[in-house]
Amino acid sequence: MSPQEISEKLQSQFGAAILEAKIEGIIQPYIKVASVNVNDLALFLRDDADMQFDYLMCLSGIDYGKNVLGVVYHLSSMTKRHKITVKTDVPVEKAEVPSVADVWPTANWHEREAYDMYGIVFTGHPDLRRMLLPDDYPGHPLRKDFKVPEFYQGMKVPY
Amino acid sequence: MSDLLTAPVKTSTGRSLRSEEMIINMGPQHPSTHGVLRLELVVDGEIVVDVIPHIGYLHRCFEKHSEHMTNYQQVIPYCDRMDYVAAMNMEMGYVVAVEKLLGIQVPERVEYIRVIMNELQRIASHLIAAGTYGLDVGAFTPFLYMFRDRERILDLFETTCGARLLYNYIWVGGLSHDLPPGFIDKAKAFCNYFRPKIKEYNDLLTFNEIFIKRTANVGVLPADVAIAYGCSGPMLRGSGVDWDLRRDDPYSIYDRFSWEVQIGKGEVGTAGDCWDRYMVRIREMEQSLNIIEQALAQIPEGDIASAIPRRIRPNAGEVYVRTESARGELGFYVVSDGSATPYRVKARSPSFVNLSVLPEICRGSMIADVVAITGSTDIVLGEVDR
Repeated sequence: MSPQEISEKLQSQFGAAILEAKIEGIIQPYIKVASVNVNDLALFLRDDADMQFDYLMCLSGIDYGKNVLGVVYHLSSMTKRHKITVKTDVPVEKAEVPSVADVWPTANWHEREAYDMYGIVFTGHPDLRRMLLPDDYPGHPLRKDFKVPEFYQGMKVPY
Repeated sequence: MSDLLTAPVKTSTGRSLRSEEMIINMGPQHPSTHGVLRLELVVDGEIVVDVIPHIGYLHRCFEKHSEHMTNYQQVIPYCDRMDYVAAMNMEMGYVVAVEKLLGIQVPERVEYIRVIMNELQRIASHLIAAGTYGLDVGAFTPFLYMFRDRERILDLFETTCGARLLYNYIWVGGLSHDLPPGFIDKAKAFCNYFRPKIKEYNDLLTFNEIFIKRTANVGVLPADVAIAYGCSGPMLRGSGVDWDLRRDDPYSIYDRFSWEVQIGKGEVGTAGDCWDRYMVRIREMEQSLNIIEQALAQIPEGDIASAIPRRIRPNAGEVYVRTESARGELGFYVVSDGSATPYRVKARSPSFVNLSVLPEICRGSMIADVVAITGSTDIVLGEVDR
């Protein structure tokens, strides 16, 4: 399916939950969805006979600044050979996105990493611990407003 | 004190142990973990009940650094240091992504040189994977043979760009150096030298009975689990999934060469076992030789620097590009805000994702098999932790 067809089908299925579908004039088309609907949409994308997005290529957290965080899902289908990007935005104060680890198990570690780096809480995640940083690390360093602490555990951070 | 003795022991995921279970810590300093990987093994006697990988010991803040460079070109050396045994593949992934963001078409000659370098690097990387895998399961000699041959590839890289491990060779829009005089003959000579060596490895290691006993039917990864966990590269192909990004989502000029995707068939055990994953790598080396020989025969003359942009300042936008590194799908998600510095660079490293399936395939195996399974996933911790 072309990105246009995918977005039309999603819009007929989910209606107002699809906030934006940008297909033209862009290198890779994307669909923006309300954060509460992420898990339902993921399940539909995986299981619908026309979609069959069986492969989650990448899940990235991102900080757009102005107190908005985002999660970007890059999906592909091995059987249908099509790709789509799904995005969702959440405010920093309530950075909660439903987990898709039950849909694609590979999301488990990706979501832990996004939680680690951006502090996005994936609700329903089976094991939401820090991934790369120490368990006691203060803050979420890939946020744009992150300041490297002067001291970590009483040790001076050299730069 | 009494509290400590009576309190139930818990794993780091919060599960209480049953009385017959025990936690054994493997790594981060352990010869078979191929770097600084820590595995928390929950064992019942000799049987592994659960594996909890702990990573991050080699985290060098690649993504944070990328956002603080003064331009896109400066990120490339950091990419090298992600997968330090297949640095060419890493550079290629990032550069292809940035070029797509910029909309640059690079000259033919550059494309050919990139393909030759990438396939040489793939062979070198698979030699390390196979050699150290033999080491993991107790075969020392093949390791020396494979490193001997890898040395010749590193010599080729050294004559080209001066570096043996971390090249900074593939640049946005071009390359740092053209091929040196005599490179094509040397590369052809290497292909002729290397092709018979693959048989030697097979005689030494692949069909060795002890090696087969250690690896066949061990750590079986079914195809549907592999896809659900996002496995890629030899890990996915070992499970019998016919999928290679060089053929199925072609980038650069890979669609011009004829070669075959190798998949695991379960010849000596079950499809998707450790032996299959190993064997896919051995067979891929031969396919890479095929690609190199075709590329060497077709390579055109030309200027390698004509498309290198003076200033890299992409329009605001974003791109996710995936390439086939030696370990699988290497994806770069690059976001530009229109300035000279990347707004966000996310590296989707194949080892990170391939490692996440480890608990799934280790459950129920013996402790010694965990070593064999970890080796067969061929992780590089620099890339897992970034």
